[in-house]
Amino acid sequence: MGQRYWRWLIVIAILLALDLWINWPGTSSIQVGSWSQNVTLREGLDLQGGLEVLLEAALPANQAVPASSMDAVRTVIEDRVNGLGVAEPVVQVSGSRRILVELPGYENPQDAVALIKQTGLLEFVDADSTPLVEGTIVQTDYGRTGSGSATPSPQPSPSLSSATPEATPVAATAAAAPTPTGPVYHTVMTGADLSSVNAGANQLGQPVVNFVLDSAGTKIFSDYTTTHVGQYLAIVLDDKVISSPVVQTAITNGQGQISGNFTVDSANALAIQLRYGALPIPLQVAQIETVGPSLGQDSLRRSLVAGAVGMSVVVLFMILYYRLPGILADLALALYAMTALSIFRLVPVTFTLPGIAGFVLSVGMAVDANVLIFERLKEELRSGKPLRVAVDAGFSRAWPSIRDSNISTIITCLILYWFGGAFGASLVKGFALTLAIGVLVSMFTAIIVTRTFLHVVLDRMDFSRRHSWFGI
Amino acid sequence: MNIMGKRYWFFGLSLAIIIPGMIFLAIGGLHPAIDFTGGSLLQLQFTSGRAPQPAAVEQAMSRLGIAGSTVQTVGSDSIAIQAQQMDTTTKDKVVKAISAQFGAATVSQFQSVGPALGSEVAQRAAEAVALAAVAITLYITYAFRRVANAQRFGIAAVVAMIHDVCVVIGVEAILGHFLGWQADSLFLTALLTVIGFSVHDTIVVFDRIRENELTYKRVPFETIVNHSVVQTLDRSINTSLTVLLTLLALALFGGETTRHFVLILLVGMASGTYSSIFNAAAILVVWENREWHTWFRRRSAQPAAS
Repeated sequence: MGQRYWRWLIVIAILLALDLWINWPGTSSIQVGSWSQNVTLREGLDLQGGLEVLLEAALPANQAVPASSMDAVRTVIEDRVNGLGVAEPVVQVSGSRRILVELPGYENPQDAVALIKQTGLLEFVDADSTPLVEGTIVQTDYGRTGSGSATPSPQPSPSLSSATPEATPVAATAAAAPTPTGPVYHTVMTGADLSSVNAGANQLGQPVVNFVLDSAGTKIFSDYTTTHVGQYLAIVLDDKVISSPVVQTAITNGQGQISGNFTVDSANALAIQLRYGALPIPLQVAQIETVGPSLGQDSLRRSLVAGAVGMSVVVLFMILYYRLPGILADLALALYAMTALSIFRLVPVTFTLPGIAGFVLSVGMAVDANVLIFERLKEELRSGKPLRVAVDAGFSRAWPSIRDSNISTIITCLILYWFGGAFGASLVKGFALTLAIGVLVSMFTAIIVTRTFLHVVLDRMDFSRRHSWFGI
Repeated sequence: MNIMGKRYWFFGLSLAIIIPGMIFLAIGGLHPAIDFTGGSLLQLQFTSGRAPQPAAVEQAMSRLGIAGSTVQTVGSDSIAIQAQQMDTTTKDKVVKAISAQFGAATVSQFQSVGPALGSEVAQRAAEAVALAAVAITLYITYAFRRVANAQRFGIAAVVAMIHDVCVVIGVEAILGHFLGWQADSLFLTALLTVIGFSVHDTIVVFDRIRENELTYKRVPFETIVNHSVVQTLDRSINTSLTVLLTLLALALFGGETTRHFVLILLVGMASGTYSSIFNAAAILVVWENREWHTWFRRRSAQPAAS
């Protein structure tokens, strides 16, 4: 026998070492050279508590939602959510018109939804003679004193000039104080005064955003630019400077151009943002779910207890019923549990309650492969075959049914995963994923690992006259 | 052991379980949860440790202008309120009003689903079940391609699968009627898992028939099937035992959130094992013997329990 099994034994030893490394208590990340990976077990919202919001494009159902807009929405929401200071927030596009936002540990749905759905506030700010660096957080007098000529509303953008061909845009950038506690700037007008916005190109072929102001905006803009030529007019979205152009000429016709370091895509994205508010697509809340942290922790504790009890029962059953192979199968099962856990940490798979159920269920199915093999082994022994032949026959004859039955389970998992993914049902997805990983890993451990162990033991000890060790 | 000989008894037992379930399904239907209908679910935990009477909370809800809410106690210190879709402002109002009236309460769970999403989920679910059935039939027909009448195996497996689906849905309908259980997306997950397991189990039995049929060409089919079932009986029972024991542990010690899910799985797995042995294999025999020719003759001619 031989070599083949020693090779597998080495593979198993390496796997065990990896498992121990990854799952060692207190390990939060692993590193190999420059590659490192966080291996903390991720708990789903149902376990650690938190908020999940499924947002849906508030457009007629028959109107297609371009994927690029959904991505733009996702980016905007991600920026906003990051401001909440939540660890590991998830913002992902789910299906073609929904966005799933998960905020672990966050419990104030009202604040979060307001934050996510808010339309951004676009302001044109009088920066006087100081250019403002892009990305600077500034304070404005808009909405504070009412002294501003501005009217309320949302929108964003980069640099400004008359849309007449010779009026060149300038994207001014220079050092500026990035302190939010700095001076309060005067808001000249807001995005509410825009009447239309388009992406285009200037005479140099550079992408720009052209805008047309409504009559009130035209008046304000005309007055301002006439008296402030040569000064900076910063464009600010949600208190963040987007660009800080110089007023080149007085713009009296209500048509302007924003230029900056645009690509065609970013100019388009900005134009969309200006048109619809900061979110390129209006959103409505399709589903909200919050779970309190105590409920989550309670569920986790209970599930772990249940899992432990379940596994112990299975382990005992295998030993009592199948004796020697049962013990070896239990060892393989331990390796199975550790390996599956390692994969959950590495991928990473978010652990949810149904996920735990899926995992526990896959333990049951992992044992099934061994049950099939050992029942077959016993049959072969009873029919008078020598032990070693019986062992090999047990494995090879049980294989087709293990293969076919597991493939059908995996087919179901795939369908479940697809089903769950289409509408943000992360619980269903979690279940399908853990079950599928479990089934795949168990095929390796139940077959290769158990078989290797069995051969190694048979090499060392003579059981040929002791069939009772095999549960007969 | 002559299992196949008693096949009509086993069919009868299956019907005895399925028919009542189907009657309840016809009368009351499944009670779809808000996952499918839209609406909201608010679970409150009372710091006093004692949950108020559901009826009193329902009245409080209608005073708040939220009609048709249903309230259940969860454990001893929590209640679950189910109502039409609430936005977060309404939810805060409800929590405040209930805390004022019944003592301080914290939100342990809040879920609100729009109606459009719900109906889409239901439609998707139906597609998922149909897709699973088709995919599995195709796979079995492929896997058994070397056996005569391979499609019979596929169809018999699907019939056994439908049997299990009927048992699960029937049990859910009965429990829905008496205990107010609701079919949510976890129920659906359980159902789909049962489908997977049912076929998993059936394939193990069929695999042995496949093997024996290729080995013993002259033995009558019914004998082969019976022999195969008996041979795999230990395995079927042991596997079911291990899976059922783990599920039982989850049901007993696991949290409230997954109990319904686990119990449905438990019922489905038990049914899956039963149907693989006593229905799927038996259908092959019935088909081989073309027994339906005798079904509608006079009773005395019926070869039941041969």
